[in-house]
Amino acid sequence: MDPVLLARWQFGITTVYHFLFVPLTISLSLLVAVMQTMHHRTGKESYRRLTDFFGKLFLINFAMGVVTGIVQEFQFGMNWSEYSRMVGDIFGAPLAFEALVAFFLESTFLGIWIFGRDRLPKGVHLASIWLAGIGTMLSALFILVANSFMQHPVGFTYNPTTGRAEMTDFLAVLTNPVALTTIAHTLTAAFMTGAAFILGVAGWHLLRIARANRAATITELSGDAADDAEGYSWATKFGAWVLIIAGALVAISGDVQGKVMTDVQPMKMAAAEAIWETETPASFSLFTIGTLDGSREVFSIKVPGVTSFLATGSFNGTVQGINPLREQYDAQYTQMIRERYGDEVANSMTYTPSVPVSYWSFRLMIGLGMLAIAVGIIALVLVRGGKLPPVRAGWFWTLMMVAAPLLPLIANSFGWIFTEMGRQPWIVFGLMPTAPAVSIGVPAVQVLITMIGFTLIYGVLAVIEVRLMLRAIRKGLAPVPSVQPAGAESDAPLSFAY
Amino acid sequence: METALPIVWFLLIAVLWTGFFVLEGFDFGVGMLMPFLAKDDRERRVLLNTIGPVWDGNEVWLLTAGGATFAAFPEWYASLFSGLYLPLFLVLLALILRGVSFEYRHQRGEVSWKRGWDACIIGSAYVASLVFGVAFANFVRGLPIDATRTIHQTVGSFFGLFTPFALLGGITFVALFLTHGAAFVALKTSGELRDRARTIGSRTGIVTIVAMAALVVWMNLGFSGAARGVEGAAPALSLWPAALLAVLGTVVLWLMNTRGREGWAFIGGGVAVLALMVNVFAAMFPYAIPSTLDPANGLTVFQAASSPYTLTIMTIAACVMTPIVLAYQAWTYWVFRKRLSVKDIPADESVVAAIPGPVAG
Repeated sequence: MDPVLLARWQFGITTVYHFLFVPLTISLSLLVAVMQTMHHRTGKESYRRLTDFFGKLFLINFAMGVVTGIVQEFQFGMNWSEYSRMVGDIFGAPLAFEALVAFFLESTFLGIWIFGRDRLPKGVHLASIWLAGIGTMLSALFILVANSFMQHPVGFTYNPTTGRAEMTDFLAVLTNPVALTTIAHTLTAAFMTGAAFILGVAGWHLLRIARANRAATITELSGDAADDAEGYSWATKFGAWVLIIAGALVAISGDVQGKVMTDVQPMKMAAAEAIWETETPASFSLFTIGTLDGSREVFSIKVPGVTSFLATGSFNGTVQGINPLREQYDAQYTQMIRERYGDEVANSMTYTPSVPVSYWSFRLMIGLGMLAIAVGIIALVLVRGGKLPPVRAGWFWTLMMVAAPLLPLIANSFGWIFTEMGRQPWIVFGLMPTAPAVSIGVPAVQVLITMIGFTLIYGVLAVIEVRLMLRAIRKGLAPVPSVQPAGAESDAPLSFAY
Repeated sequence: METALPIVWFLLIAVLWTGFFVLEGFDFGVGMLMPFLAKDDRERRVLLNTIGPVWDGNEVWLLTAGGATFAAFPEWYASLFSGLYLPLFLVLLALILRGVSFEYRHQRGEVSWKRGWDACIIGSAYVASLVFGVAFANFVRGLPIDATRTIHQTVGSFFGLFTPFALLGGITFVALFLTHGAAFVALKTSGELRDRARTIGSRTGIVTIVAMAALVVWMNLGFSGAARGVEGAAPALSLWPAALLAVLGTVVLWLMNTRGREGWAFIGGGVAVLALMVNVFAAMFPYAIPSTLDPANGLTVFQAASSPYTLTIMTIAACVMTPIVLAYQAWTYWVFRKRLSVKDIPADESVVAAIPGPVAG
């Protein structure tokens, strides 16, 4: 068993799993805050019910995000101790900032929000969900700064005496161009996920109401059904609009990010496109069947010039190929690797990331994201002007509602797989290869034990989490509460979440 | 600056761990006490709600301790967390299960559902407290760190952690958190729960005093840098007052708890945790990890530290952020200062009502 491979699998499993919850946490906290603000402003009961409903779903999700995040922080030390030694001086700082600035804010004010409804003035209670939401955003910001250092290390110098990288310019680390574009791209993608979730959940309920009442528009309904439908209809449109707007921003930020990536990690772009030899201009292959080593192509759909545009901003731009880049890196880095990490690492170094993984994850990320935007647009058209989802084409609507949150969620995962796999064989590009970064004192069998342990517990919790989510979704909006009896002051129950 | 900043950060790491154990210690205590204190589901819910608004914020002290160690002492972080691979894995599993249990327990009304999560809360509180106690005793005693600053993991090295001294550390942590938790429950509840918490606290309090006294004496005589004649070690004078204060804290915790002065008892528990951590970190100094193989292999605080540049930035951040964090966390405790009892818990839950068939509340 190869400890490096096991440690990489463990990191992949725990990280992709963690990131299934994170985008929802970031976006739902703020989208729920918007709902509560609407209630605060208008006093309308339907916004309060939506806040409660989506707030509960948010909390079910939040718990998983938190507990899987703890593992993330400690596994650098557990499985990648040589990496931690090498870059702790730089990489550790944003992590410490994340805990100090973001985690405290997020967790403390979320506690206040959950338990404080009846104990705090309404404005303070509203502020607490906003602060918790801002905490989640800050958290994303710092961790992406840390990750961007791995993609494009800046603001440091290698100290041969200590044998480690040392920070020289914290501002440069914070304003790493890769970090700035990645933050924009990741946060907007998170909002796509949360918005699509709201769209899917509310839209599903709209169809349910339409079916139960055999109605085509909200005006045909009355009583509770009309109240519920109005709430869900608002949420459906809200989700769709945020999804579309965030989707547009994801595309723009992704485009900028692509150009930065071509600039600092040209190999990643070359692998994403499976471009082996430098092309001017480079076409974008939508779909290719064949051997991805470029030797033989069976079938391929190509759009001329598009990769050039994605990478350079010009349809005639030059995109460097994998082969010339590999030669360039060999000349640039092999000697340094030989000196710092020894002959074994230097001899086994191949400067090409896995091309099939890069090629397909890049396409799936983009394709699934675009499909999600399409779902948002179709949904918006179908429910315009107080219409309910078409009962006759209910299967289509249901399919859309199920797909809505899954598409951006899976696109996120492929995005991360692409980003991290495309960085290989480097753990920090140009500074440290992945192989010597693994913990040397930990035998492979122990890595295997913890990998199996985390995978099993994550698997069990996933089943529980999804079932709880579906159950809470099915229950839908809570009934409108009857008027509270007045006069029970000191003995009135506090807010109880547990 | 070259030597001052690493020492400042060594102190700050100690502060973060202390904050974690003072705060999360009673959370663990409440979890561990659940089977003894609560007779029915409503009482268990009272217990959970005493820590409900704060446990998540308390846990962040651990994450900050981890992150700060990574940033300020990369070598320490790297050696320690790879060196204590399996114990840390156990702690992580416990924290995962515990966090999820708090949030998911109340999502359904079935008895079996709640019982399952209760078992996770109780079990994980014991596991985490015990492993942390064993770990910190080993930090003082030293770990098998070699000249390359690597702790090689074998199956033997995992069981090798459970020396008598380390087990005493584990027992002390468990007993201290139990009693500290009992004082907290007594402080935060009224009625029968309060009485029961007081009764239990007065029993476990005696165990805590004895264990604490034995631990600090053994630690300071047997394993402290001063006792081993390490150059640059914290002088014995800085160890024994802390040790005395730790024991005194447990005495106050026990005595005041028995007399129903829960506020003072809780403060006593906090002081005991604080003084114990001061003693632990002072006994380790100047090492971050003393070596059991060869004293010369020990990783000193200065060897482990980040560059002065990084430490300076971190110091500025800590000076700005720590007062803010402390202020709003303290405010949380103020907001939720009211005592709870079963009559505060709504008897019927909508969750239960929604499920057809026989259910118990």
